[in-house]
Amino acid sequence: MKIQIDKARCIAAGQCVLQAPKVFDQDEEDGIVILLNDNPTEDLWESTRMAARLCPSEAITIIED
Amino acid sequence: MRSETQERFYPMDRGNPFNPPEDYAELRDKAPLSRVRLWDGTHPYLATRFADIKVVLSHPRFSCEPNREGFPHVLEGRMVADKADRSFLRLDPPEHDRLRRMVTKEFTVRKVEQLRPRIQETVDRLIESYTSLPQGADFVEHFSGPLPTEIITYLLGVPFEDHEFFHRATRIQFGSKSSQAEVRQSLDELFAYLDALIDAKEKNPGDDVISRLVAEQLVPGHVDRETLINIVRLLLSAGHQTTQNMTALGVLTLLQHPDQLALIKQDPTLIPNAVEELLRYSSVLHMGARRVALEDIDVNGHIIREGEGVICSIPAANRDGELFPDPDRLDVTRPQARSHVAFGYGVHQCVGQVLARAELQVVYGTLFNRLPDLRLAVPFEQLRFRHDMFVYGVHELPLKW
Ligand code: HEM
Ligand code: SF4
Repeated sequence: MKIQIDKARCIAAGQCVLQAPKVFDQDEEDGIVILLNDNPTEDLWESTRMAARLCPSEAITIIED
Repeated sequence: MRSETQERFYPMDRGNPFNPPEDYAELRDKAPLSRVRLWDGTHPYLATRFADIKVVLSHPRFSCEPNREGFPHVLEGRMVADKADRSFLRLDPPEHDRLRRMVTKEFTVRKVEQLRPRIQETVDRLIESYTSLPQGADFVEHFSGPLPTEIITYLLGVPFEDHEFFHRATRIQFGSKSSQAEVRQSLDELFAYLDALIDAKEKNPGDDVISRLVAEQLVPGHVDRETLINIVRLLLSAGHQTTQNMTALGVLTLLQHPDQLALIKQDPTLIPNAVEELLRYSSVLHMGARRVALEDIDVNGHIIREGEGVICSIPAANRDGELFPDPDRLDVTRPQARSHVAFGYGVHQCVGQVLARAELQVVYGTLFNRLPDLRLAVPFEQLRFRHDMFVYGVHELPLKW
């Protein structure tokens, strides 16, 4: 699994960090998403997919291998 | 085809106070985008399907600016407040995004986690003072109202003595019985107050949101004074009525569903999901998220013409069986609960959602353990629900413990 984020679309709602805190973080300056891990291990796939699904601004793209 | 059923008046009446108006289920099946008639004689669309609402709220050509022709004004009093609103809630991108980003760092997951001990302390203290009152005291007045006010005013740096002023202002500005003149006067008072507060923070800054906005945004000229006042007003009011009503309605909902309450008492790890389910089930922003089309837009096969308004019914979307099987059942273990749109969707999705979740988690996680005999002090039938208010809930909630 590969992940891409689009910081320009992100509205800093924090949903991704609540779902997958090992994969996503928020910038202290503006709350915008930071990708901690663009190639997460399998145990994180489900929560990462949930984060992408819940993101209100479609800022997270998942590329399944 | 989809809109050709008999036109209904909006807002519609609820039968069961825990459920959205019964007509919604039929509309969702037969006419998920149908025209309704408002108090001012306009005829916007009411969207009742989850999938349609997501399209409208995430579409860049649906505007949320209340001064545009066709924007649905669901209550007379709200119209005045909406049209005067210069905060990012009522602005489209790109200006929306620029202004919103001035405050988002204050409500991140990390910031809210740092705040959690203070939320816990406040909840503990409010339980103490509430239970020192006579049995049957109003939970709304003495607990669910003060809690969000204390937290948001602490974050913003608003003096504690001024709480009563805010309660009154929001009551007037969000009430359905308020006349246009009353709302206008209340808005003027609030603006004058915030103007003075911003002056005070400029001269005497503290470790709070308003002081940071003044130093980092107002002084360097990134935002003008009027807009800043609007942003602060938004932060004060948006988190106040919503959290207050969600807290009280959630407590009532759990008391009326003892099997679900027993589940979260037995297993506190269920509380975060229970909060999502209660947000879904209650949908306190029951008059919806409203938008107007800036061009002809195809919403899942139905064309909304330029200049036409849409009311996206949050309660209807959150009870859509396509996404939530057996949608009218409260189930704190429901796996899809967090897919709800109680905080909206798209670029305007709630800024304070992480904070609101934390407050609700602390309340439901503390209250029922501390007060195991908590129960209604009056027959259920005597409770008055906020049918005609912009934010749904109970007016009073007398409890015994
Ligand atoms: C249970 C509590 C809450 C609920 C149900 C709720 C719900 C919502 C909804 C549905 C919207 C979107 C409105 C639209 O799209 O037209 C929204 C926006 C907003 N909420 Fe909340 N909210 C809650 C608590 C809070 C809190 C605690 C704050 C504190 C800061 C807050 C601040 C905001 C702001 C600033 C916006 C505007 C966002 C924008 O336009 O970009 N809310 N809220
Ligand atoms: S969920 Fe989406 S909008 Fe929210 S912080 Fe993450 S990427 Fe940004």
